[in-house]
Amino acid sequence: MEKQTEILVIATHEGILATILRLLSNNQQWAASGASSLAEAKEAMASSHFDLILLGGGLTEAEEEEVKALAASGGNPAKVTRHFGGGSGLLFAEIYEALSKH
Amino acid sequence: MENIVIHKADTRGSVDMGWLKSRQTFSFSGYYNPERIQFGALRVLNDDVVAGGRGFGNHPHDNMEIISIPLKGGLVHMDSMGNSSIIHPGEIQVMSAGTGIYHTEYNQNDESTAEFLQIWVFPNKRNVTPRYDQQQITLAGKNVFTQILSPNGDDEGVWIYQNAWFHMGEFDGGNQTVYDLKDKTNGVYVFVIKGDITVNGQALNNRDGMGIINTQSLNITADSDAQILLMEVPSTFNG
Repeated sequence: MEKQTEILVIATHEGILATILRLLSNNQQWAASGASSLAEAKEAMASSHFDLILLGGGLTEAEEEEVKALAASGGNPAKVTRHFGGGSGLLFAEIYEALSKH
Repeated sequence: MENIVIHKADTRGSVDMGWLKSRQTFSFSGYYNPERIQFGALRVLNDDVVAGGRGFGNHPHDNMEIISIPLKGGLVHMDSMGNSSIIHPGEIQVMSAGTGIYHTEYNQNDESTAEFLQIWVFPNKRNVTPRYDQQQITLAGKNVFTQILSPNGDDEGVWIYQNAWFHMGEFDGGNQTVYDLKDKTNGVYVFVIKGDITVNGQALNNRDGMGIINTQSLNITADSDAQILLMEVPSTFNG
């Protein structure tokens, strides 16, 4: 079986976070985890490697920068992209676009 | 130098879910085309037909300016801010989803279809307090454009968190008009709601779209009776 793409979704709106995780769970190529705060995100990033980090709503710009810096550190940096719209509309294209970029 | 991109109507994404038939100018939901992601800050232009009595169940949005323009029938809207309303052709609805909003949208009529344009524009400010508005569009008359959206709350039409202006107009065949950009650094996406037109020398037909950047103005000729939507938006947006 092909390795799943590990995705961390960060969004402070718990309903939207749950919706995004549910949508991502329908694709067997993706394994998604969620964080509803910067602290939870940092904890997740410290314990697991993610291929892609989706920055949903709710973090400040400074917090987003902190996530980006953490994602870029280490030998296997994660790609980071912002998520807009809070649902299925843009979600899949955002992931495909982010993963296609080198 | 002027740059254009043309999206012919029959090249758009197509979804048929039975209750929803949608033609999508840009990648949306299950439709993904890396060549069709966005036009600057304009991210979604869906041409939706909703079956009688059916619609979109309660679902969330965040960080997006969502504009609905009904073309036929009535759409019932209810949201988590307590708004409950029906919008009809001749009206425009806007939601700034900001930090998060839930809403439901369905066809008011059980027997006939409802048609509307669903337009999403990237916001220039994230995590704002969600807001909702709807307004009557009173066209200034035939053969002129009427502003229906701007960045300014005290300007004509609804407003959004983006440096964008939308105009609509109905034109008699043979009529010519000029649209001068409000912000010369912006681009304009032209959508032909009905009819045949020529824009800066490019022929467009029913439901075709064309994006133009690096231009100061558009020279538009109605080749038949036509209804046109102009969406002036920042020509670049990288999130």
